[in-house]
Amino acid sequence: MSATPGPERRKSIPRTMARLAPFVRPALPRLAGGIAVGIGAGLVALAIPQVLEVLVDSALADGDSSAVLPATLVILALGVVEAFAIMARRWLILAPNTHVESRMRNALYTHLQALPVAFHDRWPSGQLLSRAVHDISLIRRWLAFGVVLLVVNAVTVTVGAVLLIGISPLLGGVFLLSAIPVWLIAIRFERTYTKAARRSQDQAGDLATAVEESVHGIRVLKAFGRGGHALAKFERQAEELRGTEMEKARAVAFIWRWLSLLPDGTLAVCLVLGAVLAARGELSAGSLVAFFATATVLRFPIESIGFLLSFTVDARNSVDRFFEVLDEPVLIADPDEPRTLDAPRGRLEFRGVRFRYPDAPASARDLLDGIDLVVEPGETMAIVGLTGSGKSTLTALPPRLYEVTGGSITIDGVDIRELRLAELRRHVAMAFEDATLFSDTVRANVLLGAPDATDEALAEALSVAQAGFVHDLPHGVDTIIGEEGLSLSGGQRQRLALARAVAAKPAVLVLDDPLSALDVETEVLVEAALRRLLAATTALVIAHRPSTVMLADRVAVLEDGRITAVGTHSQLLAEHEHYRYVISSLETDDTSREEVPA
Amino acid sequence: MSTTTGVSGEEREDLTRAENQAVRARSRKLLIELLTPLRRRLALTLGVVIVSTALQVAGPALVAVGIDRGVPALGGGDPLPLLLAGGGFLAATVLGAVLIGWYRVLQARISQAVLYELRRRVFRHTQRLSLDFHESYTSGRIISRQTSDLDSIRELLDEGLGNLVSGVFYTAFTALALVLLDPISGLALAAAMLPLFVLVRWFQVRSQRAFRSTRTTSARMIVQFVETMTGIRAVQAFRKERANADRFGGLVEDNRRSNASVFRLFGTFDPGLVLIGNLTVAAVLLVGGIRVAEGGLAIGVLLAVLLYVRRFFDPLEELAMFYNGYQSASAALEKISGVLEEAPSVVDPAEPVPLRSPRGHVRFEGVEFAYRSGRVVLPRFDLELPAGQTVALVGATGAGKSTLAKLLSRFYDPTQGAVTLDGVDLRALSPADLRRAIVMVTQEAYLFSGSVADNIALGKPEATRAEIVAAATAVGADEFIRSLPHGYDTDVNKRGGRVSAGQRQLLSFARAFLADPVVLLLDEATASLDIPSERAVQDALQTLLSDRTAVIIAHRLSTVAIADRVLVMEAGRIVEDGTPAELIAGDGRFASLHAAWRDSLI
Ligand SMILES: Nc1ncnc2c1ncn2[C@@H]1O[C@H](COP(=O)(O)OP(=O)(O)OP(=O)(O)O)[C@@H](O)[C@H]1O
Ligand SMILES: Nc1ncnc2c1ncn2[C@@H]1O[C@H](COP(=O)(O)OP(=O)(O)OP(=O)(O)O)[C@@H](O)[C@H]1O
Ligand SMILES: [Mg+2]
Ligand SMILES: [Mg+2]
Repeated sequence: MSATPGPERRKSIPRTMARLAPFVRPALPRLAGGIAVGIGAGLVALAIPQVLEVLVDSALADGDSSAVLPATLVILALGVVEAFAIMARRWLILAPNTHVESRMRNALYTHLQALPVAFHDRWPSGQLLSRAVHDISLIRRWLAFGVVLLVVNAVTVTVGAVLLIGISPLLGGVFLLSAIPVWLIAIRFERTYTKAARRSQDQAGDLATAVEESVHGIRVLKAFGRGGHALAKFERQAEELRGTEMEKARAVAFIWRWLSLLPDGTLAVCLVLGAVLAARGELSAGSLVAFFATATVLRFPIESIGFLLSFTVDARNSVDRFFEVLDEPVLIADPDEPRTLDAPRGRLEFRGVRFRYPDAPASARDLLDGIDLVVEPGETMAIVGLTGSGKSTLTALPPRLYEVTGGSITIDGVDIRELRLAELRRHVAMAFEDATLFSDTVRANVLLGAPDATDEALAEALSVAQAGFVHDLPHGVDTIIGEEGLSLSGGQRQRLALARAVAAKPAVLVLDDPLSALDVETEVLVEAALRRLLAATTALVIAHRPSTVMLADRVAVLEDGRITAVGTHSQLLAEHEHYRYVISSLETDDTSREEVPA
Repeated sequence: MSTTTGVSGEEREDLTRAENQAVRARSRKLLIELLTPLRRRLALTLGVVIVSTALQVAGPALVAVGIDRGVPALGGGDPLPLLLAGGGFLAATVLGAVLIGWYRVLQARISQAVLYELRRRVFRHTQRLSLDFHESYTSGRIISRQTSDLDSIRELLDEGLGNLVSGVFYTAFTALALVLLDPISGLALAAAMLPLFVLVRWFQVRSQRAFRSTRTTSARMIVQFVETMTGIRAVQAFRKERANADRFGGLVEDNRRSNASVFRLFGTFDPGLVLIGNLTVAAVLLVGGIRVAEGGLAIGVLLAVLLYVRRFFDPLEELAMFYNGYQSASAALEKISGVLEEAPSVVDPAEPVPLRSPRGHVRFEGVEFAYRSGRVVLPRFDLELPAGQTVALVGATGAGKSTLAKLLSRFYDPTQGAVTLDGVDLRALSPADLRRAIVMVTQEAYLFSGSVADNIALGKPEATRAEIVAAATAVGADEFIRSLPHGYDTDVNKRGGRVSAGQRQLLSFARAFLADPVVLLLDEATASLDIPSERAVQDALQTLLSDRTAVIIAHRLSTVAIADRVLVMEAGRIVEDGTPAELIAGDGRFASLHAAWRDSLI
């Protein structure tokens, strides 16, 4: 069930956490201040019992009540100081910490947007989401409470132990001795808990993926009445997660049991020992009181070890999961010394281009196996090939959505890898075979690649794509189309996607089967409008139907990973057998078929 | 209907008092529903908590006994009181620890049971909700209900609730022990109650709005995130990264602010508690100290009293944490209960009419349809499809073809009139019967991540591998499937990104083939196929459709070849109806469409 790619590496907790440094650095002074104040508060809390000792020994033993008031005042002052120290701790840590969270979230989002499509193919989005939301919040909470309490409690316990030894070496020693089993238990706990915790975080991500798919695929699930099926699968996954959570709970129960047993059990022993010492006169009443009062202050910090440990393990896993994504190299990036194309003419050339998907079996030949093709400026080239022959893959290469694995692609003689991505993608605009619209206004969707375009440009793009229907929508071009544009008809979506590519006014226009969802008549209109536009623009058009081929000046046949022929439609039809096979419907479309009796 | 029914009040933060109450009442009701089946276990857990806190609270009293009685007695040569006190303390500790461990497990079991049930309900309910709900609600919000909202409920159940129960009893027992040990110190504690109450009340009022806003802002963040990752190709190809990052940054900042305002409240509340606690300690010490000095109080008792007073305030901080969790979780529960409150507009019948062996006779009787958002898409019409007929539905894009098919597969219910299958209103059929009888291949070929075989098997979950392969072979998909790295077991990746558009269509088609319904609806099921594959699919269709009712929507009129009847739609109306030969021979819309299409062929 684990959908998480990425190697299983285990660094020590401090080394893992140290990776947060770049995000935490700006907050570091205040965080350190917060820790310092927190330590102050802890020490003040420890000081109170010591005052008590003095009070009991010097005053109460002799029945002298005059010392009570000053001692009380000291304790009162300490109490006020403690409260303000806690307040200062909270206020110091709060703001910078929320900023750390924001920084991490923005960094992750920015990185994800930069990661190539190949990465997104591989990663279920639920896994990405759970990292962006759940894991980062957890890290923030850990930074705000976990780290601070860890340091403050460690100092408090250490100082407290010293104080206990100071009060009575024997009792303090016994108390210290109990730290050894605590330590052993903590180590064992860390080991069992870590694995379960990581598994639970991954399973939660898988569950998020299942939810997402069940909503995105709701039409299919409804059409086949498979809601129950999806539910059963979801229940299975949720059940697994529940099992893992119970494993975690048992680990936590284990450490809680020991962490509440050990300190209190030690206190019971100390009570007997202390009383014996006191009875022998080796320990004053005040010291005994101070010992128990101090030990009580230490109770919470010791008990909290279990909680802090599991918290820290969770946080470490979250940090790992966060960096698993952040460490993914942005393989498709801007060049170090970018060139620019000032006035691109749009000569697109594929030279010996090879491409294979990363998960292709080693034995398989490359999907694109040496593509040589030149599209002259202003020319429209159709790509024709069988389903799965690699046409869409080929068109994803010029805008560098995927990177060629061999050969090169040039625009006006400049290798596309020498251009900045933003520039390259300004020169190359695409209409994908599935429309990929966003739940935003028609305007925002169409002007995705040209946000500053005027209303005229918008109107022009819409008219080329024959998308006049938008004016009939409730708010015209400012109507918000449902998620992924699914409140539009199939052909309406496709025309908006087409308008979007047109509105970007690129030097090279890439259209992946742009007319597949259009009826014959609309198709004719779009074709006419497009042909006017394409007269001046270099275009690569994928075609399954002769009508789409009509848009092109020349046609390239993609066959077995190579371009096996380039020519005009009629040339190829006459000369190229494979082309005839792919594009011609005539042989089976004889009239005899149409006269099937009703 | 109030303005907060269902999910409608979700984005608002300015709820009126009555609305607030309504929203809270419904989440309370949900909570009670979730907890009722667990009441035995809850009672047991409660018992365990009560005993274990009582044991913890006994500690200081036993220390007091040890010091006040044990030490003098030991001096007098009698170790018994001391041993009793020490032994009692030890026994209480051991038992307390065992119970605490047990309690953690019990409590996790309850919390996991609630979470599981809640997840399941939301999932089941969202599956049940109709498409018009999903179209306006967006997937991102559902995902945020199931992820970040459930997370806050989990936090409450895991940490908060335990803190609450043990905290309440701890405080109560501590107060009780204090009063029993030394009533006068108890008075000091009672005096502390007033400022405590003021502080808690202040916090309560202030934090409620803040928490609701954290849930809303985080949901917006999630929606943006999901949309970006879903449309990543378009985002990159159209260089939206910068603009998106700005927008996301803004949403993150909103969320940060609402979080920060919550923390700021805590920054006052928490030290406020400590301050009140410490003032009480000082007061107790002053009064108690004087009495000890005057011989009115034993030292051990003073120590115990001081420890109790301090411990009294310890769990209060945890209670505040609980309150934190509670606020955040109840805001989450409000949203979840809102989704659960949404009634599907397409309702399953209470007493379905059984459909034994459907023949596939379909009628639209006086049907009219408008989407929730607007104008009438299909004006009133009647239509009859005899069993076994293959009908081609053609017409301009946006004419309403898909809409008609969606009515027949009951994605929506008609706003007027009825759609019937074999004389039974679709609204009277059980979902299982309906889906077995009528299957639609939608215009969007959606694949789920998982193997090719699983995706095909969606048409018939109990299908054997052989059946799956047969279906794939029938539609001409077998060859390409075998060439995938792991054949039928290849993961198609999210949304089927691993296979090409045409291959996706073939797989959805194989799915429908396997489902084998009496009424089959194909909405542009071959639009992305190359011509040879389309031809293969059509051959398969010809055999498949011989004995069933079919509606085939297609722009490529080649489909018409296998149809018995053609319907032409224009702006929501059926304008022509006849056999292909009749219509082609006539001079109507279809004749010209067909001529245009013939011309486009070669
Ligand atoms: N993300 C991917 N990872 C691995 N393999 C892939 C991926 N996308 C596509 N493929 C495989 O590469 C081949 C070519 O796919 P592509 O989408 O380029 O085909 P196409 O020519 O556009 O087909 P269609 O006409 O159906 O759209 C297919 O066999 C497909 O299974
Ligand atoms: N979910 C929806 N909410 C609101 N309006 C919708 C919704 N779906 C479709 N519409 C509108 O209803 C009309 C008919 O759409 P429908 O999808 O039925 O067209 P169609 O004939 O299938 O077109 P195409 O051939 O392009 O798929 C269109 O104007 C469309 O914008
Ligand atoms: Mg393709
Ligand atoms: Mg349609």
